[in-house]
Amino acid sequence: MKRFLAGCIALAMSLPVTAVMAQAQELTVYSGRGEALVGPIIAQFERESGVKVNVRYGGTSELATLLTEEGAQSPADVFWAQDGGALGAVAPLFADLPAEVNEGVSAEFRNVNNKWAPTSGRSRTLVYSTERVQEADLPASIADLTNEKYKGRVAWAPTNGSFQAFVTAFRVAHGDDAARQWLEGMIANDAKAYRNNGSQIEAIANGEVDFGLVNNYYLGRYLARDDKFPVAQTHFGAGDIGNLLNVAGAGIVAASDNQEVARQFIDYLLSPKAQQYITTQGNEYPVIPGLIANPTLEPFEELQALSPKVDIDAISDLEGTLELLRQVGLL
Amino acid sequence: MLVPMIYLVARAFDADAATLVDVVFRRRNLALLGNTLALTACVLAVTTAVALPLAWLVTRSDLRFRGLHSVLGVLPLAVPGYVMAYALIGLSGYYGFASQLLGIRLPRPEGLWGAALALSLYTFPYLFLNLRAALLGLDPGLEESARCLGRSPWNTFRTVTLPHLVPALLAGWLVIALYVVGDFGVIALMRYEVFSYAIFTQYSAAFDRVYAAWLSLMLMAVTLSFILIEARLRRGRYARTGKGAARPPAPVPLGRLRPLAFAFLTLVHGASLGLPLAVLLYWMARSGASADLLEVARAFWRTALVAVPAATLATGLALPVVYLTVRFPSRLASAVDRLVYLGYAVPPLAFALSMVFFALRAAPFLYQTLALLIFAYAMTFLALAMGPMRSRLLQIGPRLEEVSRSLGYGPWHAFRLATLPLVRRSMLAAGLLVFISVVKELPITFLLAPTGHTTLSMAVFSRTSEGMMAEAAPYALMIVVFSSLFVGLILRYEGRR
Repeated sequence: MKRFLAGCIALAMSLPVTAVMAQAQELTVYSGRGEALVGPIIAQFERESGVKVNVRYGGTSELATLLTEEGAQSPADVFWAQDGGALGAVAPLFADLPAEVNEGVSAEFRNVNNKWAPTSGRSRTLVYSTERVQEADLPASIADLTNEKYKGRVAWAPTNGSFQAFVTAFRVAHGDDAARQWLEGMIANDAKAYRNNGSQIEAIANGEVDFGLVNNYYLGRYLARDDKFPVAQTHFGAGDIGNLLNVAGAGIVAASDNQEVARQFIDYLLSPKAQQYITTQGNEYPVIPGLIANPTLEPFEELQALSPKVDIDAISDLEGTLELLRQVGLL
Repeated sequence: MLVPMIYLVARAFDADAATLVDVVFRRRNLALLGNTLALTACVLAVTTAVALPLAWLVTRSDLRFRGLHSVLGVLPLAVPGYVMAYALIGLSGYYGFASQLLGIRLPRPEGLWGAALALSLYTFPYLFLNLRAALLGLDPGLEESARCLGRSPWNTFRTVTLPHLVPALLAGWLVIALYVVGDFGVIALMRYEVFSYAIFTQYSAAFDRVYAAWLSLMLMAVTLSFILIEARLRRGRYARTGKGAARPPAPVPLGRLRPLAFAFLTLVHGASLGLPLAVLLYWMARSGASADLLEVARAFWRTALVAVPAATLATGLALPVVYLTVRFPSRLASAVDRLVYLGYAVPPLAFALSMVFFALRAAPFLYQTLALLIFAYAMTFLALAMGPMRSRLLQIGPRLEEVSRSLGYGPWHAFRLATLPLVRRSMLAAGLLVFISVVKELPITFLLAPTGHTTLSMAVFSRTSEGMMAEAAPYALMIVVFSSLFVGLILRYEGRR
């Protein structure tokens, strides 16, 4: 037993050493995006560049907390986050990107401070049950969901990053008081809290609720597997804050001593090849123009017409939103 | 073990006074406390109702295939919590069995009863293992004497057997209670708000390490009270005093109660094992077996690489702690003992962050190495290893060792020759508990594993969190199969001796 234990410890100690001894170019990525979606892109980057990429997959928020705790000693070179809120929260830990990195990116997704690069766009949508909801019952605005008609029928995810980004946008567009009123109205109307986007969609299929507030690319995964899945997706009226356009993105960690390769990786994520994959496989919007559109998505021009005019960089005040969510008792 | 506490206190006092008052005296904290206590009480009641009859049946009755039932009684431990919760939710709902096969939609299990049921279904083996070991080690002479003196079987069980099971019950209850207050996966899926849920939310949704640290400290205060209650109740003498060796007990014929026993066993095994396995196989069928088997095998190997050494290390470290507290009780010994349990109760995310904090400041070369990961596991799960060994040591008593000392052996020799062979079996049980817990563990693995070291549980999580149940199924099944093989092997080895 003792010899076995000693063997195990020796083995454990030797592994990181051998990893350091390999002298090829390496890159460490903290990815808040799931392996199933981004794994193939990273593998393709490895093949084309010869760089070995070590990826640490985890929740966006856990990794953001980890980065903050690591500070200047972080072994990460790149942080790829699921939502703009997390990018905003760790922005002080990011190195400035050269301006030309973001040059080709569509204006609505761009970070003006060049702290991070957007990797895909997504839209907030309303999902609903095809079994229990008639077309005529669909709300024209997200504000309508506080009506008696929707009492106990709506799901939301107050702890989810994308939802919080939406609340921040609500505050920017209509003011803090309006946002608070809406949140309190939803609570009074028995909105049911779920953990994330997927669980809301499942809850609708399961008959627990009739409506849900999610990002646009989740439903596609369920429909791809089962075209009779009893959930559909729509937008609110044009310009409604409930149709917010948001981003996922990546930045280079300032503590990284591997800035060159990290830059190469970010450039690759913004290349047409990677962007085409993200929109075709991930059902998200590309951040550069001139690609083959995903036929299951609304055309980007239509989306632009529907989206509220809120600047991506204006929705960085996550602190204030969390404070508000705490005050109304959602956190 | 003090590291997490130092870390939490340091983070907790990062705040200014106003925020502090705001955070500490929220009404919501009271609601969280109430929910946490209610959930713990429910789970303890259900697990006892399952584990006690089960342990009695497999050790004392004339039931057939008792070995098999023992294995089946331990296996639910191998089911990850989120899989169990999904299994229960999967009974109802659009893709649920009831809906797909019978065309009816059942109400979804959620809230207190949903969470309590799911947690009970895979934590009862902690209690079962403890009780089974205690019943096997109990001298049947005691019960026979009571019967000779005219007590009824039921009366004997209540007044003689049950009091001797107290240390095992307490050890099992404590571990389950600590598990329940720390669990996150089930709570989140069942939408029941307790401390652990609030802590996770603060770290994950709010990036707020201060409020999370306060909540963690409050949670640990709850835990500490559990530990103190357990220590207070755990008194008295449990070793046999008679001479000679104890016989194995004569099996009690079940008679007319046999069908009832069978119904009970079917229900327990069906709900705790059949249900999750059926769900996993169902997901597998939907994935169309397109899994990358090589990748599954790799994840399997990475898991084994950390779980085996962690279990060995935890067992090795737990033995001296238990031995000291049982044989040489002192202030220091009991302080160390309680510290170990407190370590188990630190919310895993906070524990992992404290290890990051500590490693980066004290030993940066260890950061994100397997060595640190294994050490962190061993520290977290040390408490699990102590239960079975403590019950056993209490039963053995100091006499054998005293005899060997009187025959001229030194203390170390006496321990090795007299006591060690008798506790070896419980050491296996201890190692097994740690091993299975490590295989399922998530938050610590996420933060401390070397980058790229994707274990089975990480693979399951990264897929289920994206709604890709089918793709997660092979990995989850591997966790269950892998842990089951271990359980089977160990119980077999135990049976042969």
